[in-house]
Formats: sequence, structure tokens, C-alpha cells
Amino acid sequence: MQDSNEPYKYAQHHSEEEGKKTRRMIWNMFWVLLAITSIEVGLGIKWKDWDLSWHLVKMTFIVMTIGKAYFIVAYYMHLKHERTALQNTIIIPYAMLALYLMYIVFTEATFTDYLDHFF
Amino acid sequence: MSHTEVVDSKTAWAGDNNSPFGAGYGKLMMWFFLMSDALSFTGFLAAYGFYRHEYTAIWPTAENVFTHFPFVHGHQPLLYVALMTFILIMSSVTMVLAVEAGQRMDKKQVIVWMFWTIIGGLIFVGSQAWEWYHFIHGTELGAFELGIGTFDVNGTIEQTQGIIGRWADESKEVLLLPWREVAGDLTSPYMQLTGQALTDAMANGQAIHGANLTHNEYGHPLFADFFFFITGFHGTHVFSGVVLNFIIFVNVIMGTYEKRGHYEMVEKVGLYWHFVDLVWVFVFTFFYLV
Repeated sequence: MQDSNEPYKYAQHHSEEEGKKTRRMIWNMFWVLLAITSIEVGLGIKWKDWDLSWHLVKMTFIVMTIGKAYFIVAYYMHLKHERTALQNTIIIPYAMLALYLMYIVFTEATFTDYLDHFF
Repeated sequence: MSHTEVVDSKTAWAGDNNSPFGAGYGKLMMWFFLMSDALSFTGFLAAYGFYRHEYTAIWPTAENVFTHFPFVHGHQPLLYVALMTFILIMSSVTMVLAVEAGQRMDKKQVIVWMFWTIIGGLIFVGSQAWEWYHFIHGTELGAFELGIGTFDVNGTIEQTQGIIGRWADESKEVLLLPWREVAGDLTSPYMQLTGQALTDAMANGQAIHGANLTHNEYGHPLFADFFFFITGFHGTHVFSGVVLNFIIFVNVIMGTYEKRGHYEMVEKVGLYWHFVDLVWVFVFTFFYLV
């Protein structure tokens, strides 16, 4: 049992040096997110001039978006440094729906025709 | 009994007992809420994807819809929404800096960073309102929605009802139909309607300006429905995020968390705010880019 005088046990505290490290991480992540977004917008405006395949561009967008999502959740939302139990509780239910929807898209929609067209 | 643990209502709800998650009650519940909210947004965007795929030929492309930039004339596809995205990412950065300052118990910096987060959120909500206004208002030229009839597209008979044709220029003598002449090739020219064929087609159609839930000058009305619903739902999240941030901001100024000994409340609204940014990352990709 906790001593009631002790401040909140699970609230995060850190020192000045740790804070410096955290701030460096925050700004590094900012540059990563900015770079990915700039590439996305540049590609969105210019892909026709560069003679790229639309399907390739589309897949690049989706991969980059999932990459950005990973950086936001892992670092800004701090999930990477939470306990495994908490990570799994959040990620597994979400992954179930995402995988299910992907399964539906790949099998029930006309997505297979689309893939025939692609390859 | 050597291990007696008393759980009164205060410790039970504050999460002060040892927990397998190593997180306070409020933070844990925020995570659960965000996960379920993510499921909703995933459902919406997946539904959008299905309909978009179903009506590929007549679905509008965002770069032809969102071409305005405040105070600048001319064709600026995607630029304003890129700026909005940048502002939201930036406000996510200021939010996480506020959380970091809170972990050092640095009240002054928490105030500064939360202030900028709120400003960023307000600019974003304002930008969304501006974009809605332009989408609802539409273009000067407008478009033409065809009535009941059929049309031969490379040997396939297509129904014309509800199909949106756009004018080639101000003279309104050439109507561009959304079917591409070569199926699947997005860069090929639009099918054109002129002369008598145009007069016939216009007989039972109607001119359209802008978009609402039943008509959309840019293409399929479902695009407008999904746009209003998904960006509206996201905008509601941003707005409530700004309100929550503001409440916590006032509490920070009043020294509530200084007295409590921790700034976990800032961390909780921070989680919510990052989630709003996270959703926008997906909305941006699936609505504006893909």
C-alpha cells in the first residue's frame, strides 16, 4: 500500500538532463514528421510530371502514413516506453479490426482485379 | 494475515494500487477511449475506401477540389491543406513539450507550450471552417448534373443519372464527362459532350454550384457526404481537444497540478491531442493524397 504522502506513483517525473534528452528526441521526431509530410505533398503535386505509376505513388503514401502514425504513437504518445501489457492492450484489439478490414478489402472488394491490373 | 491491503474508494479510483499496466487510472482510461475512437475512425475511412473504389471513374480527386489558398488567387492544389497539416503537427510538438516540462515540474514552460498548442488548434479549426465554406460554396463556373438517360462508353451502356459533367471553359459549350476514354488510365482525357448531344443531355439535368449532402459539383455526392462526415467528426475532436486543453491550461495557471505534485493531467490531454493529430495524418492521406 502506498504512503498517501508520496506524490502520485505512476506520474512520470524526470530530471533536467533527462529532460534535455527528451527534448532532443521531440525535435528529431518533428523533423522526421515534417520531412515525410513534405515528401507526401511534393509527390502529390508532382507525380504526374515525373512519369510515376499512380499505384506506386499510392502505396508510397500509405506506407509513409503508417510510418508517421508509428512515430507519433511510439514517441509522442510514449507507447514505446510503456509496459508490454499496456502496449498489447492497445495494439491487439486495434490490429484485429485493421487486419479484418484488410482481409475484407482483399477478398470481398474488387481489389483482386485491381491487383491483376497492377502486376 | 500478513498481507492486508486496504483499498478504499480514493486509492481504487486514483489507481494508487500496484497495477500490471504501470499507469494511473485516468491515463489508462484515456488510452482505452483513444483505442475505441481509433476503431471508429478506421471504420469510417474503410467505408470511404470501399465507396471510392466502387465509383473510381466518377470520384473527384482532391487536387481538383481543394485548390484555394487564403488571400492568394489562382490554382494552388493541396498547399493549404499541407499548411494545416503542418500546423497540427507543430501543435503536437508544443503539446509534447508541455508534457515534458510538466515532468520537470516547470510550471512556466507548461503554460507557454500549452498556450501555443491551443493557438495551433484554433488555427486548425478555423482553417477547416474556411475549407468547408469553399467546398460548400463551390466554383463560379459550377457543374452540370445529368438527368435520366444512357450513354455509350466504349460499347458499355452507362446510366447518366447523377453523373457530374464539368465545363471545359467559361463558354459552356463543351461538357467534360468523368469517364476516362481508356479505362483505368487516370491521365487520359475526359470524354467530351458538345452540340446536339449536349443540348439533349441538358434537357433533363440541372446546373450545380458547390456541394451539399445530395449534390456535389466536383463529382459523386458520396464524396461530399464522406468529406462532411469524416472531417466534421475529426473537427469536432479538434474542437473538444481545444476546450479540454484550455481547461487544463487554466488549471495549470491556477497551480492545481503544482499543488498535486504531478502534471499527469497534462499528459492525459496530451494523449488526446496527439490522437487528434494521428487521425488527421490518415484523413490527410486518404482524403487529400490518395
